[in-house]
Amino acid sequence: MSNNGINTLVSLTVNPDAILGMNKYHVDEQNAHIELIENADLEEFLKLVRACPAALYRVAESGAKSFDHAGCLECGTCRILCADTIIKKWELPQAGMGVEFRYG
Amino acid sequence: MQEYDFDIIVVGSGCSGAVAAYVAASAGKSVLVIERGAFAGAKNMTGGRIYSHALKEVFPDFENEAPLGRKITHERISLMTADANTTLEYSGASLAQEGRNSYSVLHAPFNRWLAEQAEAAGAEYIYGIAVEALAKDATEKVIGVTAGGDTITAQVTIIADGANSLLSAQATKAPLPKANEMAVGIKEVLELSPDAIESRFLCSEGEGAAWLFVGDCTKGHTGGGFVYTNNDSLSLGLVVTIADIAESSTPIYQMLEDFKNHPSIAPLVKGAKVVEHSGHMVSEGGYRTVPEYVGDGCLIAGDAAMLCMNLGYMVRGMDLAVASGKMAAEAACEAIDKEDTSKSGLAAYKEKMEASFVMQDLKTFQKWPHFMDGWKRLFKTYPLLAQEVFTSLFTVDGTPAKPLVKRLMPSIRRVGILNLLKDLRGALKAL
Ligand SMILES: Cc1cc2nc3c(=O)[nH]c(=O)nc-3n(C[C@H](O)[C@H](O)[C@H](O)COP(=O)(O)OP(=O)(O)OC[C@H]3O[C@@H](n4cnc5c(N)ncnc54)[C@H](O)[C@@H]3O)c2cc1C
Ligand code: SF4
Repeated sequence: MSNNGINTLVSLTVNPDAILGMNKYHVDEQNAHIELIENADLEEFLKLVRACPAALYRVAESGAKSFDHAGCLECGTCRILCADTIIKKWELPQAGMGVEFRYG
Repeated sequence: MQEYDFDIIVVGSGCSGAVAAYVAASAGKSVLVIERGAFAGAKNMTGGRIYSHALKEVFPDFENEAPLGRKITHERISLMTADANTTLEYSGASLAQEGRNSYSVLHAPFNRWLAEQAEAAGAEYIYGIAVEALAKDATEKVIGVTAGGDTITAQVTIIADGANSLLSAQATKAPLPKANEMAVGIKEVLELSPDAIESRFLCSEGEGAAWLFVGDCTKGHTGGGFVYTNNDSLSLGLVVTIADIAESSTPIYQMLEDFKNHPSIAPLVKGAKVVEHSGHMVSEGGYRTVPEYVGDGCLIAGDAAMLCMNLGYMVRGMDLAVASGKMAAEAACEAIDKEDTSKSGLAAYKEKMEASFVMQDLKTFQKWPHFMDGWKRLFKTYPLLAQEVFTSLFTVDGTPAKPLVKRLMPSIRRVGILNLLKDLRGALKAL
């Protein structure tokens, strides 16, 4: 695995794409319930890379930042961390959408 | 007088909301619960285990009816380093005593059961839509909610929308919690046969273990690891203070992976299949971060009011949620009967809470969160110290042994005897 392109992060042995594979979701393709501002500050973004339990905030080898709302666990951690910096919108998913825990 | 659609609207059907709805509906009030999950529990996650005392007051027969996991009869706490683990185990008859015991639970089945009890008592439920905002009259009194574009009114609104509350700010201007007042929980449920659980955790049939870890599981950051035995699965995860994980060189999901692969954990989860990966916040700021929880026409209960205690060796939120939900409903019913649902009419909620274990326990332990936050040695130094002590105690390699005290002195000196005493004194004072 890459080291996310960021030398402050350890190299990963877990594949972040695989960890949500067993979860049940109703993905809202039309509407992202969380949105970031354009050109988000890297330091702020890295906080989310480290803290998001679903590994949805990523920095590629090239340094490109990405975020995908589809695997969101709706915990609110990114809201607590960055609501006043790089998170532009944090809403609950629309009716019937988002994660559905079968165990919890 | 204004006509209302319901006596009481409850937002959210976790432990606090469902119990509030059950108690109010049982008292004959018309109750509407709005839960954004497709069923109660669909959006919730817990560690966890529930201490039964508060639940028993509401549902005396819950042990025979609720979908519980195992009765917890083994408590283990560990100081973990990268390649060692020092564990203290307690098992004793007192852990199983009625009214003092605890059970492992999974929120999806357990919250669903709670909601069924509320529905059976007469509460109406709307599932699958979120409350968008509180509805207020010209005097700013809360008179209900807006959900799905409609406004629905009630004499009292009970806000029980959990740790990531979007509504508490609208109710009583509760501030957005800070990153050092909240922790992020990450958890996996791993399927394992009952036989394997009982033999790996040394438990009798139907009984189970709660096991908490500090140290390398969070790479020395403030927080800890947990493993709870369910009937045919394990709940395994980490809780890390958000301000701390934000500075960590290891992302939390990699921490979880490393925790599972630790030599002391790997044999416990060997062959177990991950069936769910979840995340949820824990409010851990304690008493000083509890916001105002009585408003004009509304009350806040459970995690939404930051009613949770994370003591490192113990997490308690469910029993506080159950008890606060019950007290909120009782206060709401009394206020409706007295025809005064203003802030002062609802003040009995605060009186009940202050007189109960909820606020008293939060007060007793109020120094602990701040203490833990400043006490890096617990998460870094002490696990290593324990490793060194037990390495010198248990290692025999043929070199002539020095007296134990001499062998231990270098380790103890490194921490500093004064620091050791200071930390011990601080811990005793905060507990
Ligand atoms: C990792 C972890 C480990 C824990 N371990 C333990 C433990 O071992 N023991 C213990 O006692 N406690 C533990 N806790 C704490 C415990 O889980 C909580 O304190 C408790 O579940 C809180 O219940 P609640 O009803 O207040 O909130 P929740 O259970 O979060 O319920 C809130 C409900 O509101 C709904 N909702 C939210 N917003 C809206 C909206 N706008 N409209 C409609 N519905 C909405 C949600 O879908 C949810 O159903 C743990 C927590 C975590 C995260
Ligand atoms: S809410 Fe939680 S799971 Fe969703 S993106 Fe934010 S941190 Fe990740």
